[in-house]
Amino acid sequence: MHDAERVAAQAVERHRREPSQLLQVLVETQDAIGYLPAAALTRIAGLLELPRSRVEGVAGFYSFLHTEPVGRFRILFSDNIIDRMLGSRALMERLCRRLGVSPGQVSPGGEASVDITSCTGMGDQGPAILVNGVAVTRLDEARVERIAALVHAGTPLAAWPAEFFRVDDNIRRRGALLGADFVPGSALQAAMKRGRNGWLEEMRVSGLRGRGGAGFTTAVKWGACRDAPGADKVVVCNADEGEPGTFKDRVLLASQADRVIEGMTLAAWATGARQGLLYLRGEYRYLLKHLRAVLAVRRAAGLLGARILGESGFDFDIDIHLGAGAYVCGEETALLESLEGKRGTPRIRPPFPVTHGYLGRPTVVNNVETLAKTTLIALQGGAAFAATGTPQSTGTKLLSISGDCAYSGVYEYPFGVTIEHVLEDCGAHDPQVVQVGGASGVTIASHEFHRRIAFEDVPTAGAFMVFDGRRDPFEMARNFVHFFAHESCGFCTPCRVGTALLKGYMDKLASGKGAKMDLADIEWLDRLLKNASHCGLGSSAPNPVIDTLLKFRPAYERRLVSLDFKPAFDLDAALETARRMTGRDDPAAHLDRREEV
Amino acid sequence: MGGTFLFDGQPVPFEDGQTILQAARAAGRYIPHLCWHPDFPPHGSCKLCIVKVGGRHVSSCALPARDGMEVESNTPEINGERRALLQMLFVEGNHFCPSCEKSGNCQLQALAYELDMSSARFAHFFPDRPVDASHPDVLLDFNRCIFCELCVRASRDVDGKGVFALTDRGIHKHLVVNAESGRLADTDFAVTDRAADICPVGVILRKRVGFAVPIGERKYDRASISTVAMEKGE
Repeated sequence: MHDAERVAAQAVERHRREPSQLLQVLVETQDAIGYLPAAALTRIAGLLELPRSRVEGVAGFYSFLHTEPVGRFRILFSDNIIDRMLGSRALMERLCRRLGVSPGQVSPGGEASVDITSCTGMGDQGPAILVNGVAVTRLDEARVERIAALVHAGTPLAAWPAEFFRVDDNIRRRGALLGADFVPGSALQAAMKRGRNGWLEEMRVSGLRGRGGAGFTTAVKWGACRDAPGADKVVVCNADEGEPGTFKDRVLLASQADRVIEGMTLAAWATGARQGLLYLRGEYRYLLKHLRAVLAVRRAAGLLGARILGESGFDFDIDIHLGAGAYVCGEETALLESLEGKRGTPRIRPPFPVTHGYLGRPTVVNNVETLAKTTLIALQGGAAFAATGTPQSTGTKLLSISGDCAYSGVYEYPFGVTIEHVLEDCGAHDPQVVQVGGASGVTIASHEFHRRIAFEDVPTAGAFMVFDGRRDPFEMARNFVHFFAHESCGFCTPCRVGTALLKGYMDKLASGKGAKMDLADIEWLDRLLKNASHCGLGSSAPNPVIDTLLKFRPAYERRLVSLDFKPAFDLDAALETARRMTGRDDPAAHLDRREEV
Repeated sequence: MGGTFLFDGQPVPFEDGQTILQAARAAGRYIPHLCWHPDFPPHGSCKLCIVKVGGRHVSSCALPARDGMEVESNTPEINGERRALLQMLFVEGNHFCPSCEKSGNCQLQALAYELDMSSARFAHFFPDRPVDASHPDVLLDFNRCIFCELCVRASRDVDGKGVFALTDRGIHKHLVVNAESGRLADTDFAVTDRAADICPVGVILRKRVGFAVPIGERKYDRASISTVAMEKGE
């Protein structure tokens, strides 16, 4: 048996030949080999008794899985607009020059490959990269030079300077959650004292709504799962924080992991679930060791496992699943598919996860911050929790603030805070645009800075990106359009084709070939994406374009060369092949230089 | 139980569990579709069957009918959106109807006629999708794939083989077969499989029977796709 097949077989055995563990098996096989050779896929399919085509389909879906060889050092530059504003593109070019490699290619000796990736959640300490899946922050020219030298020398990642991998929490403003000390188990004890029903009632009183973006009332979700038929209920923590510009879950997982895990356990107490799954985005795999350690300590303390805190019938434990680079998996049904070892394609709803979730079982899927907040409700009561914020948006909200401001980082505010208040706190001197809620969020112009962060005004999953007068709203929107085209799962027609077409139109405008008709086509695509998409990714993909066209139309119009129509097809560029074949480069061989002849 | 809903202003009865599309069909009202097939559960990917219910767009193949619903389907607005979805499907693949063996039997082509699609509107992607002629009885021409996954579902759920699957994602998504070589000949696919005659477009083609019926005398040459669907239940 070949080495690759042996490694693959070991990974399958570690996961007890469970087909639902396919993604984890693929991740571990690649960790050992560097990529996923065809023979390894065949072997994995055979051992899991799955069609090979399905294994290939899953391996091809996730950005961080490779079915072709990649460099021994695989370097991915976070390509969010914030990283770009910090100079990521010039740094990537520098590194490529040093390593003698083009973006997207493997260097001739196979030592390195360099490419871009979607936002890695380090907007407060970028530009950021991933090296063989591990986050490196605060890139500058000096750091790029040192990385190039380490790669040339073949220095294993474990021997790179620890400073490269330092990730700061950057907590700038503490409120009810970040400001209070937490004794592991204390929230659980308080909730268990109230009984399962009493605890759910307390949750109801709190009015807590999901912090992942959609804002669904958590107690309703928990109650529906508890009441759904089926004994094997599941609690899932959605730690697939992929929205560009968001990083508050990263900070919670790093510094408040006990609260997050305890929140999952509190959900289990309310719903009767015995199994918990934490879906950690691949970009945050550097947190894996820490999270596993927290789980182990909690098991030893009787806060996880059988008979939690001595209560018979209260058994609950948690596994961590690693994502592999797919923003769409933040959508809860795509996340469930991914947990089951499949392509992360959103399901048809209804049925909803609370009745038919993980492996068809009733499942609660909650965001990291939502779960952490439940510990406050358990300790202080629902009424105390609801006393802050607004009537429709109770409690506090963590904001991930980055961009053109003096103090990037995580800020905790009661819901209802105005955008101008936040801008003042973070030291934004000349704010012109704020993108609230990430790429799929809302573009706020300066005349709207009086608006409030709340579900009923400007909702957000947590991203708050600040742009000053030097920035171009069109380039921001174009960056987000590229992001959505890259992250579309491709399941439904409007999103698969629409995001790719939209990217083409934005690039056409950027290259100075836009015409008024293109704006009409862009608006038509925006509408199709909004109306016909299968899930939230497609329907929110046009948001930044719709908003910037409405609020910053001149940023588009000054790029138009013609008022009516200009073809995307470039006749002169199409002659390039003929020029190469005939070895000609004289003016007569160029359309645009013919007048000079 | 069941009930009645309004379909373009006309009452349509339904039984419990029926989707909007199923109930409409049973009442002789056609809703365009590509990935939906009467023998399979709804898939909801092509989005040709979108309708408006209470002002919101939904996939009629997947949404259960409810009493008193008001459904808009055959309206200029919805048909305009359907036409744009067809244009998207045409530009993302390589569709050359005049030289395609499936012409006249192709649902994509037939729907384009049905919905008066007269241009592609958007720039073509011209993807590079090699064909697979390895199998003795069947040719795979991936250029025409619309990702309805009917072959995937038929092979997996009816034939029990899993010959087809999709890999990659977004605009790069494509069909693969169940073999390390990537060749259909190296799978257990048979021309008698359900998957062999399920393709609504021209990806899966039988060898040696091409053009047996001349173009011009084929299914959708003789009658529109809505007529065929309503009269023959196809």
